[in-house]
Amino acid sequence: MFGKLSLDAIPYHEPILIGTFSAIVVLGVALLAAITYFRKWGYLWHDWITSVDHKKIGVMYIVVAIIMLVRGFSDAIMMRLQQAMSSGGGEGYLPPQHYDQIFTAHGTIMIFFMAMPFMIGLFNIVVPLQIGARDVAFPFLNNMSFWFTAFSAILINISLFVGEFGQVGWLAYPPLSGRDLSPGVGVDYWIWSVQLSGIGTLLTGVNFFATIIKMRAPGMTLFKMPIFTWTTFCACVMIIATFPILTVVITLLALDRTLGMHFFTNDLGGNQMMYVNLIWAWGHPEVYILILPAFGVFSEVTATFCKKRMFGYSTMVWATVAITVLSLFVWLHHFFTMGSGANVNAFFGIATMLIAIPTGVKIFNWLFTMYRGRVEFTTPMIYTLGFLVTFSVGGMTGVMLANPAADFVLHNSLFLIAHFHNVIIGGVVFGYLAGLAYWFPKVYGFKLNERLGKFSALCWIIGFWFAFMPLYALGFMGITRRVSTFVDPTPLMHTMFVIAAIGAGIILVGILAFVLQLVVGFAGKNKEYDLTGDPWGGRTLEWSISSPPPEYNFAVIPQVHDLDAFWDEKEKGTAYKRPDHYTDIHMPKSTVAGPVMGLFGFIMSFSIVWHIWWLAAFGLIATVLTFVIRSCSDDTDFYIKKDEVELTENEHFKNLEKQQA
Amino acid sequence: MTTQTIQHNDAHASGHEHHDTISLRVFGFWIYIMSDCILFSALFATYAVIGHNFAGGPSGHDIFELPFVLVETFVLLASSFMIGLAMLAVHRGDKNKTLIWLFLTLILGAVFVGLEVYEFHHLIAEGFGPQRSGFLSSYFGLVGTHGLHVTSGVIWGLILLFQIGSKGLTENNISRISCLSLFWHFLHIVWICVFTIVYLAGVL
Repeated sequence: MFGKLSLDAIPYHEPILIGTFSAIVVLGVALLAAITYFRKWGYLWHDWITSVDHKKIGVMYIVVAIIMLVRGFSDAIMMRLQQAMSSGGGEGYLPPQHYDQIFTAHGTIMIFFMAMPFMIGLFNIVVPLQIGARDVAFPFLNNMSFWFTAFSAILINISLFVGEFGQVGWLAYPPLSGRDLSPGVGVDYWIWSVQLSGIGTLLTGVNFFATIIKMRAPGMTLFKMPIFTWTTFCACVMIIATFPILTVVITLLALDRTLGMHFFTNDLGGNQMMYVNLIWAWGHPEVYILILPAFGVFSEVTATFCKKRMFGYSTMVWATVAITVLSLFVWLHHFFTMGSGANVNAFFGIATMLIAIPTGVKIFNWLFTMYRGRVEFTTPMIYTLGFLVTFSVGGMTGVMLANPAADFVLHNSLFLIAHFHNVIIGGVVFGYLAGLAYWFPKVYGFKLNERLGKFSALCWIIGFWFAFMPLYALGFMGITRRVSTFVDPTPLMHTMFVIAAIGAGIILVGILAFVLQLVVGFAGKNKEYDLTGDPWGGRTLEWSISSPPPEYNFAVIPQVHDLDAFWDEKEKGTAYKRPDHYTDIHMPKSTVAGPVMGLFGFIMSFSIVWHIWWLAAFGLIATVLTFVIRSCSDDTDFYIKKDEVELTENEHFKNLEKQQA
Repeated sequence: MTTQTIQHNDAHASGHEHHDTISLRVFGFWIYIMSDCILFSALFATYAVIGHNFAGGPSGHDIFELPFVLVETFVLLASSFMIGLAMLAVHRGDKNKTLIWLFLTLILGAVFVGLEVYEFHHLIAEGFGPQRSGFLSSYFGLVGTHGLHVTSGVIWGLILLFQIGSKGLTENNISRISCLSLFWHFLHIVWICVFTIVYLAGVL
């Protein structure tokens, strides 16, 4: 009846898990009680859960990302603590099988459930506003993608308390992840949570690709698009080109595990290296999917806070496109030791090093934008400066690793760990946090506390250097990744690991400051309101409308004449002009189908993990049926009347006058 | 009659906006098809790499029956032709003809799926199931994925029959059948590759 699921699946004997579980239950109940007490269920349901408004979906994505950041970071700090303890001799406090689950969960969560939702959240909030559109191309699909992502995040976290998680590393290489060596449900949790979120991401990629191609404001040619939109576009191209590979490869792994097929097994003609090739054919572009939008954020931030047009706009675009193309030809550098021969390794090594060229072009573009600019040291700008220094170091160690001869020595060592955290934290995380600080006033109409923001940014930057520079050295000393205890620890090693743990502690302070910043922002009394909609002196269209933007974004679709369209309007004195008349605006309606499909998809995935086949079939049929019912309904849109639009817009014009007075 | 339906739907809006909806949806679907294309190429790549790992089991030469596969191919080819005729009827605004051709498309699609199920059943019954070898795993994986696509196309088409039957050739339904037709032709192109790379190359 319940497949492999029984009461034994609950880990009573793990005090850490039971503690976490109790804390989550208490907090969860408190949250639900608060929502009920303040009668917010209706508001949540109508204004958020069923909403197809891209701005709200974006906020929900980022909420998921921040929660998952906390989860993934808890894993990180547990690992740093374990290694700091065990490198002093002894076992540490985590048994190996628990440590293995933690590093697997840390990687999976940080990439799939922190970075991706954060990125897609920024896409949602920013792109339609930047291109002068009223929504994305397929609003219902957008809501559905979000709920697939949200429920997959729930699924992976359920593995904490029901069953176990994989002990196989974030990409679950077979044969270790095959049914012989990982007979438990851990890998299945990994497979199905990644699968569910991957489908959501793929649909998002299609959605934003179509949005950017088809829905730009008149006059906005491709080379008048803001850089963030360009980077989103290139990220979407890579999502469309590579996420199907991920879907295939983990489906095949699931077939091996569940039906006993032989794609990647040791025996009967399976080939593990096929898995490794396919997963990295997705995996390498994936890191560029993450970093390009971060580059986009830095470009917007730099131009805005240096009060200058982006230096070398077209080289920036071409560098982005070059990285997009090159990213598809480098996957083999993740396994130079596979034995594909010197020539193949040389090809992929050189292709990898080539990526440093367009990336270097970008670095110089940012620097030259700052050169002789009037730099304002706001929170996003602090992140940008931290990024420029940190990411350059990460890029250089990347070029070192791209050399196959060096890689034979350094691969799978802590040097590699230091390298990719250097580019992911120094690039992706700094970028998204900068983006959050930069666009926050657009979404909520007030600025976050700048002092806390700068403090948090400095903690992140300094903490990063303390946490990961020792890992480079430890890598040179020959320490491999994914080990919880050491055979012959030395005092030097121990010192290094302690410094790394202190670094993680500094990052923790940064995260706490960030959370405090949010609390102060939402609950505090002295909000720094943004009445103009343009708190930073922005250059692109999102700053030309009120903060928060009205549901329809633009009462009149703007006409674009120049790159930095809004700056151009301000220069020419055509900004903030009242239109002659307003028209009715055609908008998509909220839908329950998205969250319902997400829920059924979740039920299906959970049931497959536990081999509850009848429930899995039910989940699949119900998902499809919900979609069919939704597609049979023609009642999917409505009109905002022009009087209502006029009222909303007048409000904004009144605010503008108030600010100017 | 159809024109009337469209005009009725446009009562609230300019026709321009609705025209954009169709082109936007079809464009979005093209992009989805591109991603589906990558999905199949990953499966083809897997077949290319492990399709010769027979592990002491049968090879393609031993188990494929070309005449049978040829029949499957022609059934799918004919259904592709039918949906082409259905699209012509859509462009003429002829609801009844659209329904007839779409129905025939689906019948042939279902026959194709039936033939494939028969073939799979036959292989499994002889002990040549996907658990037998890397070759058979990748064969079932690739051909099965194509079959699943056709099956979902048939289900989608049945729903569309109902939708067109009850509401006529509305803008929504036109964009739906345009997407289905794209999907159907795409699946046929994939099948040509399957036929050549899996069956022909397997037997020769």
